[in-house]
Amino acid sequence: MLDVRQLACLRGDRLLFRRLDLHCAPGSLTRVAGANGMGKTSLLRLVAGLARAESGDILWRGEPIASCRDAYHAALLYLGHAPALNELLTPLENLRFACALGGDAVDDTACTAALARIGLARQIGLPCKLLSQGQRRRVGLARLYLGHTRPLWVLDEPFTALDAAAVTALAAHIDTHVAAGGAVLFTTHQDVPFQQALRTLDVEAFAP
Amino acid sequence: MSSFVAVLRRDLLVAWRGRGDLLVALAFFVIVASLFPFGVGAEPNQLRAIGPGVVWVAALLASLLALPRLFAQDHESGVLEQMLLSPEPAVSWVLAKIAAHWLATGLPLVLVAPLLGLMYDLETGAIGVLCVALLLGTPLLSLLGAIGAALTLGLRGAGSLLALLVLPLCVPVLVFGAGAVDAWLGGIGLRAHLLLLGGGSMAALALAPWACVAALRVAVE
Repeated sequence: MLDVRQLACLRGDRLLFRRLDLHCAPGSLTRVAGANGMGKTSLLRLVAGLARAESGDILWRGEPIASCRDAYHAALLYLGHAPALNELLTPLENLRFACALGGDAVDDTACTAALARIGLARQIGLPCKLLSQGQRRRVGLARLYLGHTRPLWVLDEPFTALDAAAVTALAAHIDTHVAAGGAVLFTTHQDVPFQQALRTLDVEAFAP
Repeated sequence: MSSFVAVLRRDLLVAWRGRGDLLVALAFFVIVASLFPFGVGAEPNQLRAIGPGVVWVAALLASLLALPRLFAQDHESGVLEQMLLSPEPAVSWVLAKIAAHWLATGLPLVLVAPLLGLMYDLETGAIGVLCVALLLGTPLLSLLGAIGAALTLGLRGAGSLLALLVLPLCVPVLVFGAGAVDAWLGGIGLRAHLLLLGGGSMAALALAPWACVAALRVAVE
């Protein structure tokens, strides 16, 4: 469903990668690998449509993402580096806002259930500034438990700051999404135990 | 439309939770306006003459104080990226952010202005005119300021750059805002002044959100 063709990315004066091809079919699990600063995050941001490519095409169901932006963004769940929270709001308020912003019709009960599943049942009413790094990460990731209507997940370092049990649980959840016909594109520096077949795309192979 | 409501509710909630910051801007407004009598002397006629202008300058400076926060917090936390990924038109949530910003920082200035009017011994009618002018003019300050905030987002020294960028643009607002009271006192009618302020706000309402969206997309890239 997602096709990346001959993509090149320029950051400042430096060409990060060029002639990068990537195809995400339904039911595919793709890990973007590469050392720090080689363009993993830049690639994910290009795919999400947050940055513009130097050259090349990104096609969603055969159409350039720039010309079907709204439909594409309704089908995409992108979680970036930062957990996208406001410090003064509670996890529940943050999650509810993120869903409303994305246009997902999700009620409070579903949000509470998602936060409970990710292990934040007791922190639901605390302002996020009181949460630890890992807990903040989880608030952002809770959207994955409400995101089954979105086929494409693009996740930048989703496993960072999580404990071992949470990593296993998240991997299992990603497996379920892939098994149900979703596509996941993510980065990580950890070894994560997936059941589904994992493809690795090394951005360094496309460095000039 | 749902993104407009969601962003408006959330930004007002955030403003309420961080209301200390808003009180600082409000106190700044009162203090700046209170400084002038110390500088120019406490001669009542002179104070009556400069009162409206002083209140307007203080309002302009106070509204500038809160501007850098308009997009910066959401930019750092990554919320801005999520907003840009919303399937709804970006103009709708940008407008909601500006509206919430005005409700949290502009409207309180309008509500406190009568007190300052009393301090400068303005007559009741003049205070009324001052408040109406502020009510029509402060949205324009927020809208122009939002363009500046979006253009300077993520830059080094964004705060001072923002002031340099926005203050000259606000001169017409100042001229017609403070001029409205003088016109009323001079008996020449204030229709023209208020129409210009209101018209300016309407034009900015129609154009500023688009400029903000374009600037925000560049800032996030």
